[in-house]
Amino acid sequence: MNIVVTVKQVPDTWAEKKLDAADKTVDRQSVDNVMNEMDEYGVEEALKIKEAHGGEVTVVTMGPAKAVETIRKALSMGADKAVHLSDDALHGSDALATSAALAKVISTLSPDIVITSSEASDARGGVIGALLAERLGLPQLTQARKVTVDPASSTVQIERLADNGYALVEASLPVVVGVVEKINQPRYPSFKGIMAAKKKPLTTLSAADAGLDAAAVGLAGAASTVVTSEPAPPRSSGTIVKDEGDGGTKVAEFLAVQKLI
Amino acid sequence: MAEVLVLVEHADGEPKKVTAELLTLARSFGEPAAVFLGAPGTYAKAKDYLAQFGAAKVYVAESDDIAGYVGAPAAEIVAGLVGTASPAAVLVAATADSREVAARIAAKIDSGLIWDATALTPELVATQGIFGGSTIVTSKVTKGVPVVVVRPNATAPEAAPGTPTEQIVDVVISDAAKGAKIVDRVVEAKSGRPDLTEAQVVVSGGRGLGAAEHFALVEKLADTLGAAVGASRAATDAGWYPHQNQVGQTGKTVSPQLYIAVGISGAIQHRAGMQTSKTIVAVNKDPEAPIFEFADYGLVGDLFNVVPQLTSEIEQRKAG
Ligand SMILES: Cc1cc2nc3c(=O)[nH]c(=O)nc-3n(C[C@H](O)[C@H](O)[C@H](O)COP(=O)(O)OP(=O)(O)OC[C@H]3O[C@@H](n4cnc5c(N)ncnc54)[C@H](O)[C@@H]3O)c2cc1C
Ligand SMILES: Nc1ncnc2c1ncn2[C@@H]1O[C@H](COP(=O)(O)O)[C@@H](O)[C@H]1O
Repeated sequence: MNIVVTVKQVPDTWAEKKLDAADKTVDRQSVDNVMNEMDEYGVEEALKIKEAHGGEVTVVTMGPAKAVETIRKALSMGADKAVHLSDDALHGSDALATSAALAKVISTLSPDIVITSSEASDARGGVIGALLAERLGLPQLTQARKVTVDPASSTVQIERLADNGYALVEASLPVVVGVVEKINQPRYPSFKGIMAAKKKPLTTLSAADAGLDAAAVGLAGAASTVVTSEPAPPRSSGTIVKDEGDGGTKVAEFLAVQKLI
Repeated sequence: MAEVLVLVEHADGEPKKVTAELLTLARSFGEPAAVFLGAPGTYAKAKDYLAQFGAAKVYVAESDDIAGYVGAPAAEIVAGLVGTASPAAVLVAATADSREVAARIAAKIDSGLIWDATALTPELVATQGIFGGSTIVTSKVTKGVPVVVVRPNATAPEAAPGTPTEQIVDVVISDAAKGAKIVDRVVEAKSGRPDLTEAQVVVSGGRGLGAAEHFALVEKLADTLGAAVGASRAATDAGWYPHQNQVGQTGKTVSPQLYIAVGISGAIQHRAGMQTSKTIVAVNKDPEAPIFEFADYGLVGDLFNVVPQLTSEIEQRKAG
């Protein structure tokens, strides 16, 4: 099984995030960055499939030079090799350009399964999985809380989250799978894994190496733009009351005053 | 006036409230043209509703191929309609399924995509809360026909009764779009309560409830308020409540008039899914819980005392 898993480096969940004042893109320089937490579930699922059926796991990321830290993390969890698409020309790419660039790189790897996670915590688009399926012309098995691969019939079945339950969705390989965080419990890198990661193959590609048209990516190629940006008005600080035995009544009074009941 | 394509959000033909919201929004800058995609025989249930909320036109595409495969067939049809109708924009509801369809539409028609808009001006400038709502941006599409994914509760729906023209769409789905076949749908949670993302009031329970059976307290309070029930990830991971009810970064995003958090600490990932609620009430026994930093009304106390009292107090006020 040739498995590709996408990972993204994002500002740390707890960091105070902001947009760059000049070009209104996510400021990735002045904050601590981590692997998008959801992508840990993607990597874990890739490793699980490899452990069950054999094969190789390739990590793909697009991001600035320091995104290599996130690649190292995926390799130390157990992925076999990595491709890092990194070029200043890619800075400011929107989801459409990102998916086009990733698709271009991924198609050269001839995967059986491409795994993304359902959402990156920086822009919270939740669209790259669907876009990769569109761009690669592969079945879209996104929103998966369970993935079952059957090598004998070359099919994959998932449980796709739905509003009132789930849908069983089936497709023939190759496929794009998008995982939600219910799917597994990501492993921690072991010391041995961390040491081994340093020796694993890593290919760094420029936009030109990947065969990308510079005008179609980055800020130049973005199909939408941020016009204005400002801090949200602070929530007026609320009333905090300690229960003295009449807490429920107090809440009801508050709701009545607010005309909410 | 140019058409504005509105993808109808429905369950087996029954329209969701967000559809009326999108039609209302579309009317502010164009001619609302509803796009109904569903299994054969489902449109009949949506027809009156779409007319009631001002659809000037309805494109009706009914086919087993639409309901039978994930994402791609819907995108193919809408992209085709964009080609023939040259609309001013495509509006789609911010639901898990539809946002993926919207993305594929944008890719097919080579246009810009904006997600999670909470407002949209007639000039098509969208408002979005980013970074968990700490920053408000306005943004616009600079290429092609804007595809805008709009949050439920972004607009108040207004009726505008009329008689839309209906155009039956000849559905031909490519083989490439029939890759991800839906072989079964399994219903796990049917509650009779309002939809979480559309509800005006949401009552959510967290780890503080301590056990699945204690969710009955939350449900009872919710029912006196006509509310939907939500849960934190700690509660859904523990199996106390279905994950479909999870609120937060990796669950549903809700924006009700009133959000009541019961036994929820208010972790950043939970906050990401509920902090645009108009009024936030929290019940938590820990005065240091982060939820109190952004609640409008915080009650420091044991939920097992507070919630039953609150429920009966509301019942009494309703009766009296
Ligand atoms: C990738 C990722 C995605 C995530 N996505 C989500 C998400 O979508 N939604 C989400 O909710 N979380 C999400 N989380 C988890 C999040 O970080 C928190 O762990 C979770 O929200 C905590 O749930 P909780 O508040 O119910 O539990 P806790 O943090 O344990 O809080 C329980 C609260 O109940 C109070 N309490 C206990 N007993 C009582 C009592 N008798 N009376 C009153 N109060 C009581 C306690 O004081 C405490 O504040 C995510 C985490 C990660 C890493
Ligand atoms: N620049 C990127 N490089 C690699 N993977 C990405 C990138 N952006 C998004 N992804 C993948 O797509 C998923 C969904 O991202 P998004 O649609 O941006 O929320 C992420 O969790 C990643 O797995």
